[in-house]
Amino acid sequence: MKLFKLLLHFALISSSTVIYSQENMLQKSIEKGQEIYTDFCMNCHMVNGEGVKNTFPPLAKSDYLKNNQEASIRGIKYGQKGEITVNGIKYNGNMTPMGLDDKEIADVMNFINNSWGNLSETIVTKEDVAAIKKD
Amino acid sequence: MKQLTSILTITLMCLYSCAQQEPSEVLAETPAEINYVTEIVVPELNIPWGMEFLPDSSIVITEKTGTLIHFKDDKKTIIEGLPEIYVRGQGGLMDIKLHPDYKNNGWIYFSYGSANGDGDGGNTAIIRGKLNGNTLSDIEHLYKGVPNTKKGQHWGSRLEFDKEGYLYFSIGDRGNRDVNPQDITRDGGKIYRLHADGSIPEDNPFVTESDAKKAIFSYGHRNPQGMVMHPETGKIWVNEHGPKGGDEINIVEKGNNYGWPVISYGINYSGTSFTEITEKEGMEQPVFYWVPSIAPSGMAIVDSNKYPDWQDSVLVGSLKFQYLERLVINDNKVTKREKLFEGLGRFRNIKQAPDGYLYAGVEGLGIVKIIPKTN
Repeated sequence: MKLFKLLLHFALISSSTVIYSQENMLQKSIEKGQEIYTDFCMNCHMVNGEGVKNTFPPLAKSDYLKNNQEASIRGIKYGQKGEITVNGIKYNGNMTPMGLDDKEIADVMNFINNSWGNLSETIVTKEDVAAIKKD
Repeated sequence: MKQLTSILTITLMCLYSCAQQEPSEVLAETPAEINYVTEIVVPELNIPWGMEFLPDSSIVITEKTGTLIHFKDDKKTIIEGLPEIYVRGQGGLMDIKLHPDYKNNGWIYFSYGSANGDGDGGNTAIIRGKLNGNTLSDIEHLYKGVPNTKKGQHWGSRLEFDKEGYLYFSIGDRGNRDVNPQDITRDGGKIYRLHADGSIPEDNPFVTESDAKKAIFSYGHRNPQGMVMHPETGKIWVNEHGPKGGDEINIVEKGNNYGWPVISYGINYSGTSFTEITEKEGMEQPVFYWVPSIAPSGMAIVDSNKYPDWQDSVLVGSLKFQYLERLVINDNKVTKREKLFEGLGRFRNIKQAPDGYLYAGVEGLGIVKIIPKTN
């Protein structure tokens, strides 16, 4: 019984360490992502991710971002062209690739996924970004 | 009382943190009628950053993503041979400009993002070369901004010649606002002037200052993406992006300081202010400032006989509001502003071609020609 307790104890500690370090990873990624956002995205998507109505789609509380994570990553990586509907409004803009590497794209995704009222349960890694190919 | 105090505190906080801005002196109107329309001449382009018109009426176009396109007889051909283009943020393959005597010497000038030299990242570079079939040959490297940086912003990059044959170009502050623009020993936040072969004119303003970048012609700029020689005065006019508000039109004069970021009509994107002053001795006031920002790119001054309604107007593309802005300017003072072709798309570039017609580069659409309306 004592042994069992001890094992349980270890299991609890190690699992909480895993959760803790994942959170830590996410936090760090979000911080880096914020810098990338300020440099590369804010010009059009604005300081609070609100975008410019009818011109640049919002990222804050965006249904498109929430439901189309892959397409969103692909858009940042390879550019986004053609009509998309975001929160009921149609956008037909043209975002060219920004020249960000996979890690930078993962960071900025984690930032926009967890800012301005957005909350994501999954962390985007550079491997996730690397796996996304052009259409 | 407690309530009053808290209201007062909030008001005071807002006064300090949310900077107040004076809107532009003249507001843009939508004209009742425009006697001109647009017609797509080169379809399907992403970001046609620059364009030039060859003597055979074909068009050479720079796509920001790094592709150089020759459009002739309704066909696009890709021109090979450019150096490696560093595409990052707002940078990539940028402007293109023919030598004033192109017919005889064949020189074509380019500005682009280059990763050449020490350090990660890149900076704005200027080259010239000659079109040899579908290849760019005889490339000469004329200027490269330093240091390289991974910042995505403010590469400037418009090219223009004046009547005397000097080459002018811009490099923006490269995202280093508080370091580059006011320091003439550093690149960034400057308008530069070179001879057409890349050598530095002996009468450039800072040639005798030790450590100064000798190619600098004026400084204190943020990010000039529009530049044109005034057809009458021969002066170089620029428009430049401000942050949130504070885009400007400036007439560039030798050795002048245009004040960025010490004086500005703009504020931070977040709404806080970075400077309390809009004017200072030794720093130039703009001909015009935009509050709110239109995100100006490209600039043309109409002097052809094709547009009687627009004689002497200054045209500026708006990336943000997706229209072409027409400004009436008398004695260097803006008296009227009009929004043309609203909603057509992000106007990246506007030029009056040798045939007298105006052509605009519109993102995601292509190159449009502006022609009189036929009834």
